[in-house]
Amino acid sequence: MTQDPLSSIIATDEQMLEGGWELIVGLEVHVELATKTKLFSGSPNRFGDEPNTNIDPVTLGLPGALPVLNKQAVELAMRIGIALNCDIQPCIFHRKNYFYPDMPKAYQISQYDIPLNIDGFLVLPSGTRVGVERAHLEEDTGKSTHVGGATGRIHGSDYSLIDFNRAGVPLVEIVSRPDIRTSEHAKEYVAELRAILEVIGASDAKMEEGSMRVDANVSVHKPGTLFGTRCEIKNVNSIRALGRAIDYEARRQIDVLDSGGSIRQETRHWDDAEGRTHTLRVKEDADDYRYFPEPDLVPLAPSAEWVQAVRDNLPMLPAARRTALSVLTGYDTQSEAVIVVVERGQHDYVQAVVDAGGDAVRALIYVQQGFADAGPVPAVPAADLAKLTVLERDAKLSATQAKTVLAELVEHGGGDAAAIAAAKGFEAMDTSTVEAMVDEAIAADPGAWAKYMAGDEKASGAIVGRVMKASQGKADGKIVTAIMQSRRS
Amino acid sequence: MATIPKTASGIAAAITSKQITAREVIDSYLAQISARETDIHAFNLVTADAARAHADAIDADIAAGRPIGPLAGVPIAIKDNLCTHGIETTCSSKILEGWKPPYDATVVSRLRDAGAIMVGKTNLDEFAMGSSTENSAFGPTRNPLDTSRVPGGSSGGSAAAVAAGFAPVSLGSDTGGSIRQPAALCGVVGVKPTYGLVSRYGLCAYASSLDQIGPFATTVADAALITEVIAGHDAMDSTSIPQPAPALVASVSQGVVGMRIGRVTDLPAGAEPEVIARLNEAFAALEAAGATIVDVTLPSLSYALTAYYLIAPAEASSNLARYDGVRYGLRVNAVDTNSMYGATRAAGFGDEVKRRIMLGTYALSAGYYDAYYGKALKVRRLIAEDFERAYAQVDVILTPTSPVVAFPFGDKVDDPMAMYLCDIYTIPTNLAGHPAMSVPFGTGAHGMPVGIQVLAPALGEAPMFRVGGALENAAGGSK
Amino acid sequence: MSPSGTPISAVDVAKVARLARLDIDEAEVVHFTEQLAKVMGHFSDIDALDLSGVGPMTQPFPLVNVLREDVEQPCLDTDEVLAAAPSSDQSRFRVPPIIGLDD
Repeated sequence: MTQDPLSSIIATDEQMLEGGWELIVGLEVHVELATKTKLFSGSPNRFGDEPNTNIDPVTLGLPGALPVLNKQAVELAMRIGIALNCDIQPCIFHRKNYFYPDMPKAYQISQYDIPLNIDGFLVLPSGTRVGVERAHLEEDTGKSTHVGGATGRIHGSDYSLIDFNRAGVPLVEIVSRPDIRTSEHAKEYVAELRAILEVIGASDAKMEEGSMRVDANVSVHKPGTLFGTRCEIKNVNSIRALGRAIDYEARRQIDVLDSGGSIRQETRHWDDAEGRTHTLRVKEDADDYRYFPEPDLVPLAPSAEWVQAVRDNLPMLPAARRTALSVLTGYDTQSEAVIVVVERGQHDYVQAVVDAGGDAVRALIYVQQGFADAGPVPAVPAADLAKLTVLERDAKLSATQAKTVLAELVEHGGGDAAAIAAAKGFEAMDTSTVEAMVDEAIAADPGAWAKYMAGDEKASGAIVGRVMKASQGKADGKIVTAIMQSRRS
Repeated sequence: MATIPKTASGIAAAITSKQITAREVIDSYLAQISARETDIHAFNLVTADAARAHADAIDADIAAGRPIGPLAGVPIAIKDNLCTHGIETTCSSKILEGWKPPYDATVVSRLRDAGAIMVGKTNLDEFAMGSSTENSAFGPTRNPLDTSRVPGGSSGGSAAAVAAGFAPVSLGSDTGGSIRQPAALCGVVGVKPTYGLVSRYGLCAYASSLDQIGPFATTVADAALITEVIAGHDAMDSTSIPQPAPALVASVSQGVVGMRIGRVTDLPAGAEPEVIARLNEAFAALEAAGATIVDVTLPSLSYALTAYYLIAPAEASSNLARYDGVRYGLRVNAVDTNSMYGATRAAGFGDEVKRRIMLGTYALSAGYYDAYYGKALKVRRLIAEDFERAYAQVDVILTPTSPVVAFPFGDKVDDPMAMYLCDIYTIPTNLAGHPAMSVPFGTGAHGMPVGIQVLAPALGEAPMFRVGGALENAAGGSK
Repeated sequence: MSPSGTPISAVDVAKVARLARLDIDEAEVVHFTEQLAKVMGHFSDIDALDLSGVGPMTQPFPLVNVLREDVEQPCLDTDEVLAAAPSSDQSRFRVPPIIGLDD
């Protein structure tokens, strides 16, 4: 990962760390591709099978085995490249040579100086643009379990057991530029990347399951000086852990530097239980990988037609979906409702509800609140939901009543909202009845009313609460508030 | 009982026409093996029972009128670096002693589908690294024509098997001359096809961009026949040329009228005088047969040895890293995995293999890549370009196969450089990826055979076999 | 040329033997260094060549875009494979503790 000493991304005052330190973070994300078979052979790419069943001569590194590249892996890698605004270029594979028991050939087939995707970027939802240096293809290793030690880790183990089911699974390694300045942005980057990968069908990208693995490169420096020595943090297994690990490591490095010490370039292991990083290995001793072009594979030069086809068929990305939903409903792209609904893939459903005559804002809120587990295509027909939004919009139902009807629709996979409401005896209260209730509540609590009149918005809660109780939830909260406001002015 | 034909095509014809049974043929060859194998040690493993069973099965097919392949009943010996499912494959190394692959090499499947019967796995220099078969961990093979001399290498066992009459044909592999040089030293025909013409799937790799599998035979026509059966695209090998196997047998008797034969005027020195004399006679014979001799130069040829001995060990150092005691083969136990690697590989590999691994590791290591491996890849291109220029003027090129005839055991084994020089004429074609073959042509010092090498451009097997056939005629060798 | 000026030194040989996981003792280091230095001495012939305009040739036959369809193929038999393993346990390959290597 290259480091520009004078990057154009400069932390804002709020982003700077105490003591005038600027945090520099780059992220390396490994993603398991959602192919049926492995990168270089036809064994299944499947999690959870009996150990050493998804194996073939290539997977095991048997003498005489030869790799053959999986077309779908290339397709998915190209989707990732395009989604991250990369250039796609003719590329080759290299061998990265090192010994480890879960490496069946004692070399990994990867991409080195001529990778498939280069020079891209990802714009975070909050607006910062993070450069993506490269996104290349490589094969995964097998899995080792360590037996006999106290913690299940290597140190103190008696022996290890290797399962090669995962060996050869296709990975794309996405390397960002060191453009990230806060741990929040790091978390945002990973979350957005995850959303993109899922939307384009490249990977299910689950950190907790290992189909997305994040390593953070962290350093600190005083602005205007060269970047500091960085440490690589491994074993970060959730977005939350990523934030904690970066915060810890930044603090650790600042403490070292503040007390006159220097940072040793090394790999550190994040211990989530203890909330700290430990030295794993010092980089100076690292193996010389002796990269050379993989002679068993030929160059990969995707045709212009193929690249264009991937571009044309790429689904709408989360950022674009959030924008579309924002335009539709008037809610901000950063609002929780928009973020959550897009994350769940339910934006098309909201559009469908609006297309069926529904009210956009209410459609968004209902979907956010009522369809947490429903997936991208909820069972409730869009037209059914549309009708419910209209009932509430036209004040025929209060918000509370609408919520109850919504729950029924979700439970039964649809229904006639008006009929359900009628069966429950729901009807919105007419405005004059509500006005009378508001006046009664004001009379019953003059202290709260006086505060409200003086401008204390929080005091309105007491009045609204009385009205809702008196009306048994049939009064529409928005109408109550509107009445109160008109009484005040 | 009819006489057993001595050629693969003769045997196939006789069996198909029911003049003789597959069992009679295999028994005859197995008897020959029994008679002389102790002296020669061509094999690491003779698969006599399986061979007889296979022969019986073919005879049953014939009796029942079921379809049989073009090589039905033809005995064949297979170099022991080709994977044979369930049958020990050792690469003549302690590190794979006892290992039985769970799959067949593509060429092994194709031969079996054609009806050929494997009689055994032949000896080689360990992991195909050598030119005399003295580097085998299981003892050397002896030249059947003079058992005090080497058969050449690395496919010494396969060459000796054919020369000793243990099988009419055999398979070897050629990375820097390992088919052609032993063919020349044993007085048989040996062919290295165009790189990519024959699938490498199942060949225990030595140098991936140089390795090719090819046949040994007593006649050029047989060599062409076997090449036809094993060649052709294989989806399991990414470097496999996407074309079907070419028809080659017909070329053998086509003659050389009108062909242009290249004579390399700046050929690196070092060949014995008798070898050069045979080469000149070969040119004369081809001229007499209607070809034209054209002088060509290949100025980069003298750098080929250096380029080869940087590229091949580099790729080998990576290809042989998988022999680590984890999944198969030898393991020397140790307190931790890292120590286990070091102890296993030290015990399992012979000296020449260790030398080449270290040389290759060095050539690729940080700080040296550009000076060594990187440079060697460029020299390789120069050599390929030299050939391209030459082939604009000629159809094939003739050189000696080996600068020397078969030498006595122990002569070169302590001097790696002297051994490497054995391949000086064969290495360039591996670097360029071109086909070449060795045809026996008279004798040299000590009455030992001399081989003449026919080189052709990529996918030039047809002109190569035409000239090979003509040389065979001139040498009086076709049977 | 290695830093010491000779084509390959004993330090180099010890280092590459370590990289290649080959345990060799001191006598072997000396012996191999002698042999390898001699071999590499011959290789200085390419230093004389002007290779500035020449591109590397990694592949003899120019192929491009060799791909296969994402279709499952039959797998190897687990028992057969594990039977060939030096040590196995619970259907997995068993190795001594993995220390001294990257995590």
